[in-house]
Amino acid sequence: MARLILDGSLRQLAGGDSVVEVDVQNVKQLLRTLSERYPALAPHLEQDSFAIAIDGEIFQDVWFAPIAPDSEIHLIPAIRGG
Amino acid sequence: MNDMTNPNLVARELKIVGTRPLRPDGADKVTGRAKFGADMHLPNMLVGRVLRSPHAHARIRSIDTSKAQSLKGVKAVITSADLCDLPSEFIPAGEMMVNFKDMTRNVMAREKALYEGHAVAAVAAVNDRIAAQALALIEVDYEVLPHVMDVDEAMQPDAPLLHDDMFTIGVEPTPDKPSNIAKRVEFGFGDLEAGFSKADVIVEREFSTKPVHQGYIEPHACLASVSEDGQAELWCTTQGQFIVRAFCAKLLGMEVSQLRVTASEIGGGFGGKTVVYIEPLALALSRKACKPVKMVMSRTEVLQASGPTSGARIRVKVGATKDGRITAGDALLKYQAGAFQGSPVQPGAMCAFAPYDLENVRIVGFDIVVNRPKVAAYRAPGGPIAEFAVESVIDEVAMKIGLDPIEFRLKNAAQEGTRAPYGPKLGPIGLVQTLQAARAHAHYSAPLKANQGRGVASGFWFNIGGETCASLNLGEDGSVAMVVGTPDIGGSRASLSMMAAEELGISLEHIHPIVGDTSALGFNFLTGGSRVTFSSGMAVVQAARDVIEQLRERASKIWEVPLADVEWVEGHARCAGPGEARSLSLAELARTAGKTGGPIIGNAAINATGAGPSLATHLVDVEVDPETGKVTILRYTAIQDAGKAIHPAYVEGQMQGGAVQGIGWALNEEYIYDDKGHLLNPGFLDYRIPVCSDVPMIDTVIVEVPNPNHPYGVRGVGETPIVPPMGAIANAVSHATGVRFTDLPMSPPRVLAAIDAQQSQ
Repeated sequence: MARLILDGSLRQLAGGDSVVEVDVQNVKQLLRTLSERYPALAPHLEQDSFAIAIDGEIFQDVWFAPIAPDSEIHLIPAIRGG
Repeated sequence: MNDMTNPNLVARELKIVGTRPLRPDGADKVTGRAKFGADMHLPNMLVGRVLRSPHAHARIRSIDTSKAQSLKGVKAVITSADLCDLPSEFIPAGEMMVNFKDMTRNVMAREKALYEGHAVAAVAAVNDRIAAQALALIEVDYEVLPHVMDVDEAMQPDAPLLHDDMFTIGVEPTPDKPSNIAKRVEFGFGDLEAGFSKADVIVEREFSTKPVHQGYIEPHACLASVSEDGQAELWCTTQGQFIVRAFCAKLLGMEVSQLRVTASEIGGGFGGKTVVYIEPLALALSRKACKPVKMVMSRTEVLQASGPTSGARIRVKVGATKDGRITAGDALLKYQAGAFQGSPVQPGAMCAFAPYDLENVRIVGFDIVVNRPKVAAYRAPGGPIAEFAVESVIDEVAMKIGLDPIEFRLKNAAQEGTRAPYGPKLGPIGLVQTLQAARAHAHYSAPLKANQGRGVASGFWFNIGGETCASLNLGEDGSVAMVVGTPDIGGSRASLSMMAAEELGISLEHIHPIVGDTSALGFNFLTGGSRVTFSSGMAVVQAARDVIEQLRERASKIWEVPLADVEWVEGHARCAGPGEARSLSLAELARTAGKTGGPIIGNAAINATGAGPSLATHLVDVEVDPETGKVTILRYTAIQDAGKAIHPAYVEGQMQGGAVQGIGWALNEEYIYDDKGHLLNPGFLDYRIPVCSDVPMIDTVIVEVPNPNHPYGVRGVGETPIVPPMGAIANAVSHATGVRFTDLPMSPPRVLAAIDAQQSQ
């Protein structure tokens, strides 16, 4: 299963969990799984715009980016720039 | 030729990419023919003007517009009642999550005016004189409230409260009392206590920065025309016509397809033209008056009411061993958001230690509202502030352990595989290469004289991709009209044309770039995040390959050979199969397109991903006049990883421009308010951005570590160059004077006071 690493503020919202194993195949499935598992995280996933780093590559607003069984995933705030 | 080992990169010899042709829009811009925001005119158009709050914080009891409305020549008067009130929720607008409750109140105050210059009403009249008279006739009954300008004061429990429904996000449990602290964020990993316990040297400092304006020369300007049936057109200076459309449609209760937005040429944006101010007001006035309405901000209005970037207070602590390995880094960032939440503290926190490979790191950030204009993005938003503080402390740690500052950075530099402080591991990046280039540069070993100092700093910025469309329309003579949806700020017409020409194998002069309006293409995110050469470049390459596929198909039909037997080589379809060698040029195929299947258009509509971070290292020499405190920049060298410089001159231009803006941020620029929250320097005479005589020629070195996710290896380059200057200059001034400078700007009075204080000790 893919491993989601949670640091900082997100770890607090996930009840202190730092590593979460998730059986998902893409970003949309990941977001749904996290919202179900961590209700405190759900409104932030809906309100804030998050990006997903999959094995170091950042995907922003890409629901169907594939997640492999051995992927390392990080949830990070979306970056916009100026 | 590109990196042959990476299968995603174009592997053939490059003929156009990497050269320095003249820009397609150059002649228009040097002859004055280019049309900027204020250059549009329509018959019978009205002049729009805004009434702005004279108070930094005041409740609006009532607004009486009756006298203004009855003035001859006035055709419309609007207040917040003419815009949609929207609930406090984050709604997708284009690619951004926007709280429209805040946006509608920022473009026009409702319950309260939250900063001096906050719009409270607007008029449209037949000329500017009558519009000004009408503004004077609007009666606003204010209840003046206490105001707060500083983040530390705003965080106090008894501080004047800007929003009584703001409860800090990011703390558990959520506070039961409102405050000015909109949000707390935290990033990091490892064990800070253990990390600092291993350190031989620890440096901890507090820093402050002032809000600084993006300083675009062209003020905000627009022309709106709404017809009686609700169809609307808007011409404006913006970094993103599709974002303007999304914002304005929501604020005016329109469908996005009712509104057609055309981006004018843009006289600078730097992030400051990613939001709306007068555009929805012009549309509302035009809707009410049934005539076109033109609005142009004055410089005073720009400085009073359009977003600068945050001022901030920062604390940074770094520990390192004697042999130069950083053991821990800790930072606290408190950023001004202005009157509404949304400072760039989050990306600032993510960038703070990003150039370094750390095992133990923590960054905590606070987003704080104050009675100042709402901040807007400014090149690498948030990054320069945090990295100024970190790079200053890094320099001091290197001094304390007796290591050359570049060697110290090289010992700790982030590389491919390094875990960034915000979590994920980094892909290929070029920080080490920029540090090595800095160390080898003649600048770094040049001798210095008395009162002179040299500073070094590195910087990181993410870069982004995003939704992007492009269209290549092949003309019957073989020329190509290239339509993109991202306004050209830094020479993107040139770089995008070059990639199209390189792909198609034709001369650059046959590509004619056009920035399309919102009806010409699907949605495009704005020109920002250093994304255009990357994202629009990917779209243009994809559209060109779509054209090539269609041309191959036409050739295969003409020759009656399988498609697989037709290859595209240097602008020609060539028959690769057995038999007689045959070739058709792009122009020949275009000429017969009607007979072979119809016009040929190549399209791309993508959500670009894989933008690689860009890192930079800057060197600067300064001289400090010990009698006046004036800092003179003697020499400046900017070194940056561009991935692949499509048009090196425009990459160098970005690096030079960022360095110059950073010089202004470091040495002179600040908003000066009186004790009532009135801005005292709302003009370029007193708000002093650098001019040519303030800066030397900025030398540049482009490093190219290809981004494997782009066909030519491109990384964004527009934002990173403003990250290192403040740290580099502060380090240089500190070395020149022997005093560590932690507060920006290092203006002559501050520098002189610090020198005097040191001498009196």
